[in-house]
Formats: sequence, structure tokens, C-alpha cells
Amino acid sequence: MTTAQRWEGPAIFVEDVYKSFGDVRALCGIDLVVERGKVLGLLGPNGAGKTTAVKILTTLLQPDRGRALVEGRDVVRSPAAVREIIGLAGQSAAIQEELTGRENLEIMGRLYHLDPDTRHRRAAELLERFDLLDAADRPTKGYSGGMQRRLDLALSLVSHPEVLFLDEPTTGLDPRSRLGMWEVIRELVARGATLLLTTQYLEEADELADEIVVIDHGKVIAAGTSEELKNRIGGDVLEFTVDERDRLGEVAETLRALSEAEPTIDAETGTLTLRVGEGGSRALVETVRRLDALGVHTEGLGVRRPSLDDVFLALTGHGAEEPADSPHGRRRAGRRA
Amino acid sequence: MTTATLSPLVPLDIPGPAVSQRLRHGVADVVSLTLRELLIWFRNPFFIFFSIVQPVMFTLLFRYVFGGAIPVSVHGGYVAYLMPGVIAQSAAFGSFGTAIALARQLQKGVIDRFRAMPMARSAVLLGRLVADTLRITVTVLVILGVGYGVGFRFQNGVVPGVVMLVLGVVLGITISTVSAFVGLAVKDEEAVSSFGLVWIFPLTFVSAAFVPVSSMPGWLQAFAANQPVTIVIEEMRALALGGPLVLHAWQSALWLAGIVAVFVPLAVRAYRRAS
Ligand SMILES: Nc1ncnc2c1ncn2[C@@H]1O[C@H](COP(=O)(O)OP(=O)(O)OP(=O)(O)O)[C@@H](O)[C@H]1O
Ligand SMILES: [Mg+2]
Repeated sequence: MTTAQRWEGPAIFVEDVYKSFGDVRALCGIDLVVERGKVLGLLGPNGAGKTTAVKILTTLLQPDRGRALVEGRDVVRSPAAVREIIGLAGQSAAIQEELTGRENLEIMGRLYHLDPDTRHRRAAELLERFDLLDAADRPTKGYSGGMQRRLDLALSLVSHPEVLFLDEPTTGLDPRSRLGMWEVIRELVARGATLLLTTQYLEEADELADEIVVIDHGKVIAAGTSEELKNRIGGDVLEFTVDERDRLGEVAETLRALSEAEPTIDAETGTLTLRVGEGGSRALVETVRRLDALGVHTEGLGVRRPSLDDVFLALTGHGAEEPADSPHGRRRAGRRA
Repeated sequence: MTTATLSPLVPLDIPGPAVSQRLRHGVADVVSLTLRELLIWFRNPFFIFFSIVQPVMFTLLFRYVFGGAIPVSVHGGYVAYLMPGVIAQSAAFGSFGTAIALARQLQKGVIDRFRAMPMARSAVLLGRLVADTLRITVTVLVILGVGYGVGFRFQNGVVPGVVMLVLGVVLGITISTVSAFVGLAVKDEEAVSSFGLVWIFPLTFVSAAFVPVSSMPGWLQAFAANQPVTIVIEEMRALALGGPLVLHAWQSALWLAGIVAVFVPLAVRAYRRAS
């Protein structure tokens, strides 16, 4: 439904939103602004508050305080008007497993009151676009994770939403399915939709988002383009892997003076990361000299521009994909590439 | 970010659709969701089992295996005694599907997706209710057909017989509202199917469905004779076979209305909060 009123402000506007569940403070004063046609990547570890933010913007939860507008429509005061223009693909694939892909889409078309012709056409079009035509008439129970995710995304597009919310659209997908998903999302954006995407993967935000907002423990801890965020940590990163894990500490000690911040050690992979500022090549030479003197064998030694993971580490003191409270909660993919 | 400068934004004030359109869409949504639930039910072997296979099995088992050992004092023998009971028990058991389907839809985010769509929030529960009514009606008619095949006859005329079937359906829907609440409150398919519905067993088996209450130990009789399923079954028996109608009719109506009055608001509240 369109209205005569035009909204001149940003497509998504969130101001000072708070939300608690009992004692758990999920959001503590979040601000977000997304211009029309742009992609916002909401990046944060498990429990950061990403889903809570999405649920508030999609009218599933009410904020305790603050306000949230989607295309100028207040999520608390005019939730029905918000629902008219949004699409949502939540964190788990909300598909009905007994029904086929086509049936899932057809029913969605009915619920958006499309006439039968439009409904059939839309279902066929989305099945084609998401590469599900071959499986269209099979129950979705038998779909692979990637296919379920694609269908889930297709379902959120039946009504041509102006603003789309995707909550961790690639979590749990293998690398190939993830690339496929990225392609689909890029295509969507090229068609002019406004998109808010949550993710735990830095790479993903880097790939897809125009602007990234990093949240942790319900607060925005950084915002900007991926380039801006990388510049925040300033200068280059020197990284290498040590085979003899038990000597990691010793090596870090030897090289500490070369790093602008405390060297980071990933004991699991044997990786050591130094922030060497602008003097990348000098630090490289010096590192090689000292490692040689120690007689330590290294792999993959090199200087690179900082990744978002480095940024996250610098901002929060823990990696993006390691929840602050659980060292074992590490996700499969998306570790520093 | 430039939040501070944007603060004076005044939200749009968008009027909702006209009442007539809301009504039209509301009806269409309930129809769509009913179709959806029926399609799911039809595709799911587990749900078919509970609403068709299991009732037929129970009818035959009790008629031919246990029936001979259960003395009853009604005209027409055990099969006449059994049919109202097995209809009520099956109508109640069918609500397993309601609870499990709702819990699964919540867990998978299907309900969240619906709630983020421009659709009356009541449509999902209403669609469920209509689909459940149709499903229970099918179950009841199938059992009746099998019953007629194994010697059951209405002894009190067609109209009371039809009223008896309707009462069975109403009992099933009433129990479904309790199951819907359990499914929405527990929110976990595994938990719902493993222990969320155990209460249905004593409610249907510790009743006059299959055996006369007088055959149970005294302490159990107190429960069995006074619990709602027994009361409704006694009324169904009176309708099918003849006998005093009035007392159990009142008690049944009060029980069923009471359960609906408590559990519909609870289910609606659980649905609203489930996110
Ligand atoms: N319904 C709820 N009841 C109680 N606590 C909740 C509820 N929903 C979320 N929380 C808590 O709020 C915090 C933020 O949760 P949220 O789901 O928004 O995180 P997230 O960033 O989406 O995490 P994930 O990456 O794991 O999906 C967490 O501590 C979570 O346990
Ligand atoms: Mg989440």
C-alpha cells in the first residue's frame, strides 16, 4: 500500500533504544541510521543484541525506551504501517517443512492478497531467481541448508518490501552456499532495496554493507564504512604462524617492542598478530631478524592492511566470532582468512 | 553518526485501512491459513496417524480384543458403550497435532514471520481453530463409519445422534485450546511431544470412555466420575443410546465453557508474548 505522504528522512532511524528481558539488558541505547537504498551491516558476537534490534524494527518486540522508525513509520505507534513495507528473514529458516517450496511461496502470496495470476507468477519468478526451480515441487524437508535459506529469503520478498531485514542470513551455510547467498543479496541491493543485515562474520559485512555498525553487549561500539573502521586502528598488521606452539609466548615477548599494542596470540592456530603502524616493511625486516636469532620456524609471515577482525579485537578486546563469555563458542567459518 | 541532527524527525501518521477492507482481508487470511494447516496435516504422517489410524485402531482393538472382558449394562452391548467414548477420546488425542505444530512454527520462526506481516494477529489462531474443527470432524466421521461397520447403531434417533457427534467435535476443540496453550507456552517441539501432553492420557483413559467408572478402585472413581471428559461422554452416551440428558448437558456446557474461557485467553496471551 502506498500513501500520499512522502518520507524525506532515512529509511531506518533508531534513536536511543533500550530493551531488557528481566535482568538481561539486550539493548542499552542503540542508535542507527540507514539511508534509502543502502545496506547496513549490524555486526556483533553472540548475544550482542542483533536479533533484538531486528525484532524491534520488525514490530515483534516493543522497545522499553527510545524510538524506531521504518520509512518514517513508528514501530510502536503504527506497527501495521511498518508491516506493510517490510520483509523479514529471521535467524532460522521460517519455512514449513511439510510443504513444497512453491506451496510455501503461494501461501505467502495469498497472505499478501495477491490475485491468483500475480501469485503464481511471483512464485515462479522467485523460484527461478533463487535457483530452486528443480526442487520447487518437493517438500522442503528434503532441502539442503542453503536451499532452505534461499527459500526463506524468497519468502520475505514476495511482497516487494521496501525495507528488508535479514538476521544472520548465512549462519550455518557452507562456504559455497554462502557465496551464493551473497550474490543474491547483492542483486537485491542493486535493485534498490534498503537492507539491514546482521552477521557475526566480518568478511560478510565487509562484502555486503555500505556501512557497518559494530555492537557488543547492547551498545554501539563503532560505526562507519569498512574502510573507516580499518583506518581506526591505524597502520598495518604483521601476522605469522608458529609451528612450535609452546614457544608462542617467548616469540611474543621478543617482538613486543615492535607492536603498537599488546601482540595478540591465537593459541589454537598458533597465530601471532602485531600492529606495526606505518612502518610495515621495517618491522618485517626486524621481525625476520629476531625470529632467525631465536631459531623459530614460521609460516605465512607478512604485512597486510587490517581486517575487520583486527578492528573488532582492538575495539572489544575479544574476537568478533568469539563470544566474550564463551571461549568455545567459536563459529566454523569466517575466521581470519 | 549524525543522529543528533536528525532527532526532530516527526513520524508519518498513516491511517489504517478501512474497516470493510480489514474485514475482507481478515476473512481471506483465515481461509488461507486454514488451507495451509490442512495441507500440512494432510502431508504429515504423524498427524494422519493421530487423527485417522490411531482412532480406527482403538475402535477395533476395544471392540474385538478388550471389549469381551468389559461388562457393561447398556442396550446394544459393549460396542454401543464404546463408540461415544472412543469418539471423545480420539477427538481429544487429535490435539497433539495442534500443540506440536504450534510449537514447531514458533521455534522455526514461522509465527514471527506472520506477526511481522500486515495480517490480523488473531488470524493465525483462528485459522488453526477452523482447521482443527475440520480435522476433528473428519476423525469423528471416520470413527462413526468404522463403528457402523462393527455393529454400532444410534438408538435414540438421528437428531440426537448428530448432536452427539457435534458434542464430540466441541470437546475436541476445547481440548485443542488447552493443547494450543501448551504448545505456545512450552515453545519447544521436543518438550511438547515428550511431556507437554501427558495430561491427555489420564484425562481420556481415567474416564468412562472405555470402561465403566464403577469398575475402578474407589480413590480413582472420585476423579474419573467427576472430570469433564467423563461428563461429556455420559452426555454423548445419553444422546446416542437414550437416557436422561439434562443434568450432564448442563455440567458439560459449564465445563466446556469454563475450559474455553480460561485457555483461550491464556493461549492468546502466550501467542502475543511468544517472540
Ligand atoms: N526472549 C528473551 N528472553 C530473555 N532473554 C533474551 C530474550 N531474547 C534475547 N535475550 C537475551 O538478550 C541478549 C541479546 O540477544 P540477541 O538474540 O539479540 O543477540 P544476538 O546478537 O542476536 O545473538 P546471536 O548471534 O546469538 O543470534 C542475549 O543475552 C539473550 O540471551
Ligand atoms: Mg540473533
